[in-house]
Amino acid sequence: MKSLAELQAIREKTLNRINLRKEDEAEATRVVIGMATCGIAAGARPVMLAFMDEISKRGLNHVTVSQTGCIGMCRLEPMVDVILPGQEKVTYVHMTPEKVGRVVAEHIVNGRPVEEYTIGAAEK
Amino acid sequence: MDIYRAHVLCCGGTGCSSSGSAQLIERFEEKIKENGLDKEVKVIRTGCFGLCEAGPVVIVYPEGTFYSRVKVDDVDEIVTEHLLKGRKVQHLVYSDHATHEQNANKGLAEINFYKHQHRIALRNCGVIDPENIDEYLAFDGYKALEKALTSMTREQVIDEILKSGLRGRGGGGFPTGLKWKFAAASVADQKYVACNADEGDPGAFMDRSVLEGDPHAVLEAMAIAGYAIGASEGYIYVRAEYPIAVKRLEIAIGQAREYGLLGKNIFETGFDFDIKIRLGAGAFVCGEETALMRSIEGKRGEPTPRPPFPAVKGLFAKPTMLNNVETYANVAQIILHGADWFAAMGTEKSKGTKVFALGGKINNTGLVEVPMGTPLRTIIYDIGGGIPNGKKFKAVQTGGPSGGCLPAELLDTPVDYDNLIAAGSMMGSGGMIVMDEDNCMVDIARFFLDFTVDESCGKCAPCRIGTRRMLEILERIVNGKGEEGDIEKLENLAKTIKATALCGLGQTAPNPVLSTIKFFRHEYEAHIRDKKCPAHHCQALLNYVIDPEKCRGCTACARVCPGGAISGEVKKPHSIDPSKCLKCGACMEKCRFGAISKV
Repeated sequence: MKSLAELQAIREKTLNRINLRKEDEAEATRVVIGMATCGIAAGARPVMLAFMDEISKRGLNHVTVSQTGCIGMCRLEPMVDVILPGQEKVTYVHMTPEKVGRVVAEHIVNGRPVEEYTIGAAEK
Repeated sequence: MDIYRAHVLCCGGTGCSSSGSAQLIERFEEKIKENGLDKEVKVIRTGCFGLCEAGPVVIVYPEGTFYSRVKVDDVDEIVTEHLLKGRKVQHLVYSDHATHEQNANKGLAEINFYKHQHRIALRNCGVIDPENIDEYLAFDGYKALEKALTSMTREQVIDEILKSGLRGRGGGGFPTGLKWKFAAASVADQKYVACNADEGDPGAFMDRSVLEGDPHAVLEAMAIAGYAIGASEGYIYVRAEYPIAVKRLEIAIGQAREYGLLGKNIFETGFDFDIKIRLGAGAFVCGEETALMRSIEGKRGEPTPRPPFPAVKGLFAKPTMLNNVETYANVAQIILHGADWFAAMGTEKSKGTKVFALGGKINNTGLVEVPMGTPLRTIIYDIGGGIPNGKKFKAVQTGGPSGGCLPAELLDTPVDYDNLIAAGSMMGSGGMIVMDEDNCMVDIARFFLDFTVDESCGKCAPCRIGTRRMLEILERIVNGKGEEGDIEKLENLAKTIKATALCGLGQTAPNPVLSTIKFFRHEYEAHIRDKKCPAHHCQALLNYVIDPEKCRGCTACARVCPGGAISGEVKKPHSIDPSKCLKCGACMEKCRFGAISKV
């Protein structure tokens, strides 16, 4: 027999474990970094570390950083998708750790994509 | 409890199990271990996701990648590519029938099939592991029971259900709150709560899905109902043909007892409640409430006249409150979020959502849950993905053998209890069978009547004899032996049976005939007068012919014909001898030039 408090403890513990299955991403901003062979070779890992560093420095705990595979435009790697809730995905190309600060400050914090780093600008 | 970086959810519902999901899970576990990922990636067997058409279904979180029709041989690729290297396996990702759009980067909620849905009864199906009570608890499980027992009076619980406007999801649509109120008002030393899981309508499987995917939701709701009406015992009457559902219910009941959520003195409030399972042998009539109770008592499953209603004298002659599985699946959510939250969804007289089982000539066969009042068109085209092979929509059958067929003109009808009845059909348990131009409506009526004749228990004459006579007339009509006056005879019989049959089975049995006569009378007339089946479905009324213009004389048809009915010289047009033709259609399938047609 479990008491009410014990049940609540089970709830919280289990929820932590299965949180990643919740699709309720209305609040969450996602940064998705291409980490296939091509991305890694082009320097995606320092870019990802720079994002994680910048995000934790600013205490942006609604932002999740995740990896993805190759989407086929290897010549544009390292590529990073930034998805703000309720907005179209923005894809940045040829990313470097130096560019990360501006993307976080202007796009993730202030909601203005950095046009000149985007795939649209690179493909012109 | 370990934290895993990725979860692989495999559907373990009946649909996907029959397409091999059990082997899939084994293979995943094997491969994940082989690649040293067993500390990082967890495989979970869930309930039904609803999109059975695309099964077996696998979802990988945190990305929410939706893989469909996964075969055992595909598992290696998913493990080594997706789980190991983070590359989604594109060719296995679900693609939309209508748009052919793959949604590798979209969440589940954005797929057309799910976008229009609102899942309350099915909220945990395909999300949690149904064999693990902790996961149910994590998604607010047993919080409603806690709320009811610790902070609400019995009257408040009943009042909340009454105000929510919840109506019985099993078919009748009787207000659930009223049922609870009547049962609560009966005075007796023992009362019972029962759950009707004897789902028997052809094509309906939402109850099975809830029991398989979220069994605790039903247990919790039954305990709440027990508290509300003052019952300490519950019975679940479930078909023996649902072995996975039975097994998961047994596991769930065991876990709930272990946690003290069933048994004596729940939450130390002095409330006792326990649940027993009774297996039904699959008689359709046992879904009728009085027959169901007789069957639980161990007697022959035959209906008895009402009154007395079960709320006064039900199971073992004690007051009993019987609800359907889907009805129960809504209860905990209503207690948790309040009656107003629930009543805000749906139409004026039908609140909340309804689960429909889409089947027949439709692209996305499966389970959908939509708010009441959603138009048929949205359900069939936007969610169901429309009719396969570019065929034309003819009718949709709702309500199973008790319901009727709705034609294309009524596609914009908002679906709720009252609109469907007004249109000559009914909600029933929520089966929705879509028919295209190749379906003969007379034959559909014959099919459903054949079912009810088979399932009639034989206790009352109108149902036992009347439905048999109707079936005989219909069989005559589809065999080209219909007579002038048959339609009127059918209508007359139908009226009498509806008025005089003992239980719901007989009273509704003529509905498929009446509604097809109402909307497709011309098809009946064509069968009777012209001896033609407009849909070219009824074998007795059609002939296969070869168009000499199109025939190249390839002899493919003649070689495949089992009856030797096709003759002709090589490279010259062939012909079919109608007296020898078995009407099997093999020649038509074989012809590469489209020269053979049905007339």
